[in-house]
Amino acid sequence: MVKAGVDGVLKAVKKVRGGVKVDHHKNTAEMEVVRIPTPSKVVIPMQQHIGAPCDPVVKVGDEVAVGQLIGDTDKFVSAPIHASVSGKVTAVGDVKLPNGVMSKAVTIESDGEMRLWDGIEPPKVETKEDFIKAVRASGLVGLGGAGFPTHIKLNFPADKNIDTLVINAAECEPYITVDYRECMENSWDILSSVYTLKEILGFKNVVIAAEDNKPEAFKILKNIADHKDDIDDSVKLMILESKYPQGAEKMMVQSATGRRVPPGKLPADVGCVVMNVASVAFIARYLKTGKPLVSRSLTVDGSAIANPKNVRVPVGTNIGEIIDFCGGFKTEPAKIITGGPMMGLAIVGTDLPVLKQNNAILAFSKDDAVLKPETDCIRCGRCAIACPMSLMPTNIVRAAKAKDADSLKQLGITVCMECGSCAFACPAGKPLVQHMRLAKAILREEGNK
Amino acid sequence: MVDGKKLVVSASPHLRTKDTTRGIMLDVIIALIPALIAAVILFGPRVLAVTATTVATAVLSEFLARKVMKRHNTIGDLSAVVTGLILAFNLPVSIPLWMAAIGSFFAIVVVKQMFGGIGQNFANPAIVARIVLLLSFGQAMGNWTAPLSWKTDAVSTATPLAIIGGESTEALPSLLDMFLGVRGGCLGETCSVALIIGGIYLMARKVISYKIPVAFIGTVAVIMLIAGKFDLEFVAYELMGGGLLLGAFFMATDYSTSPIKSNAKIVFGIGCGLLTCVIRLFASLPEGVSFAILIMNLLVPHIEKIMAPKPFGTVKEKKTKAGEAK
Repeated sequence: MVKAGVDGVLKAVKKVRGGVKVDHHKNTAEMEVVRIPTPSKVVIPMQQHIGAPCDPVVKVGDEVAVGQLIGDTDKFVSAPIHASVSGKVTAVGDVKLPNGVMSKAVTIESDGEMRLWDGIEPPKVETKEDFIKAVRASGLVGLGGAGFPTHIKLNFPADKNIDTLVINAAECEPYITVDYRECMENSWDILSSVYTLKEILGFKNVVIAAEDNKPEAFKILKNIADHKDDIDDSVKLMILESKYPQGAEKMMVQSATGRRVPPGKLPADVGCVVMNVASVAFIARYLKTGKPLVSRSLTVDGSAIANPKNVRVPVGTNIGEIIDFCGGFKTEPAKIITGGPMMGLAIVGTDLPVLKQNNAILAFSKDDAVLKPETDCIRCGRCAIACPMSLMPTNIVRAAKAKDADSLKQLGITVCMECGSCAFACPAGKPLVQHMRLAKAILREEGNK
Repeated sequence: MVDGKKLVVSASPHLRTKDTTRGIMLDVIIALIPALIAAVILFGPRVLAVTATTVATAVLSEFLARKVMKRHNTIGDLSAVVTGLILAFNLPVSIPLWMAAIGSFFAIVVVKQMFGGIGQNFANPAIVARIVLLLSFGQAMGNWTAPLSWKTDAVSTATPLAIIGGESTEALPSLLDMFLGVRGGCLGETCSVALIIGGIYLMARKVISYKIPVAFIGTVAVIMLIAGKFDLEFVAYELMGGGLLLGAFFMATDYSTSPIKSNAKIVFGIGCGLLTCVIRLFASLPEGVSFAILIMNLLVPHIEKIMAPKPFGTVKEKKTKAGEAK
């Protein structure tokens, strides 16, 4: 099934169609992740994952320590939330998240000590059930940006015939280098996790996938793939052409196995689990220490940032404070994004907390922030060529304008993952992703009727 | 803290290609320049007068049409310039300038703007204009000036395809002359080498894909090879004669009036080639490229509907049913 290339390094079984070539801007690749000074205050939202929000389990005035549970829920799709600094809870109330949605949040005033919670101890993991329970308790969500609770992803029923674990180190978004840093700095964690996951969850194959613009990371990942523990040679490194969106989940599954995830289905439906490399490394650290997900690495970059850096920050740290740590702005920022420039979210100000799944803060000066003016569609078809999902964005726009739900369904709008390749490629400067979202909303409305 | 009011908030992606409509049209104009230079050498300075007339009329018509329709001005995208240039290339050098102007006005106002402007027209404006002129002013549109005769006395000649079709007893130009454009015909269609250079430029710049030109020209080559009983010389005349190269590289590849997806592009190209051959071999016209492209333009929505791409991961219904039965 998996084709071995030169020196046991895999090439994509089936290449990703479409996509776009974007400038990499991996300016921070060689910058080690540095810890920011303990923030004076963190605001920790109860919704930092796909699924149900948590309910705060602490109240104003409580003393908390790093790693202490502060939010949890009985709902199935969710992930618990932990205190990221030690100190006193000063507020439990609503805050606006970067995407504009309101969420309950716990504000903790830090005592500056970063004292670990007494209850922290390495989990005892003997069975698969123990392992899933431990992953849930760690509060881990997909660190690549989507924020899907990892314990749900890994808790697949045995009859799904899951045989392949794909570890995503593609990091195809421009600017972001934290996954690369994870490979360079925490390779032992990745190594240990790979073999734990394989053993406990019973994967037949593990494919570690990276883009060909990270030769240094290859050497390290290759060592992991070639490690002596890999007795049956089932762990392989796969090198992919640098092309956006190679790192998208469905694209990863196709590259690694040649299988295509049908519309509305998950990688698990074709026997695969895809995990971000930072999530993988975190699992090893958690199993060793029992310290839940309370901090994460971020790339801070962009033309308006004075000193671009890779930083490790407590979850809930104020974005403005992080930018100040990176020297503040060297020019007036005109756009600030959380996440990468292709799929990231433009935010309305810097007074917002960092979430578990944020992997970058990018600030751009006016020249890079103002998009070119929109002109008429000339039907050049570049959007359709760029679409990795074989959609016809230009036709979807037409159908959406006509509010034609039947056509939208036929055009397959639901498989659109909003990667932004179409809008990137459009010479007419059409905000195509916005149109795609509108089209999905029309379909949802139709479904609600 | 940054004041939120000063920040741009827009939907992702936050990066865009530097390509613009204007840039694409500029590339097409650049690609047409070798053929324009060749036309001036072959047919004299009047080429420039005809071209200037069609381009100026096209731009002015677009400007006025948008004004009257109270829509934003689009002459800056240069697409009207391209239409004007291509129409000029489809006219004989001797055409009265007022006729050229009428053609250009018709192309822009009736064919392009009345259907909604750039990207919305169902047929290639320059082709429809050419056909309208052909039907309205048959004589002027069939008056071919002999190449390189402008310096002395402009004499008329017949086109190579008319000679092959037996409508004239003049001697055929040599294949080298065909390649260089030293033959009768529309002012921009004769110089094969210049058109090929332009076409390659467009493909190298990724403005057009090779699929339509290759399918179009390839189909004509194969059919003519069979029709001419494997006479390679005959095939060469057919490929370089008439407006095949101009049509295949510059007119059939028009974005608005050709399919978007690659496999549909190939079908479209083969269709153009097939119709061109049918017209050339069986109809009373010596030349069929314009009509072939026009008919295929009209079929584009149907081709696209039949050949609509399957969204990623979609399996054919039959297969799923069979799978479930198991």
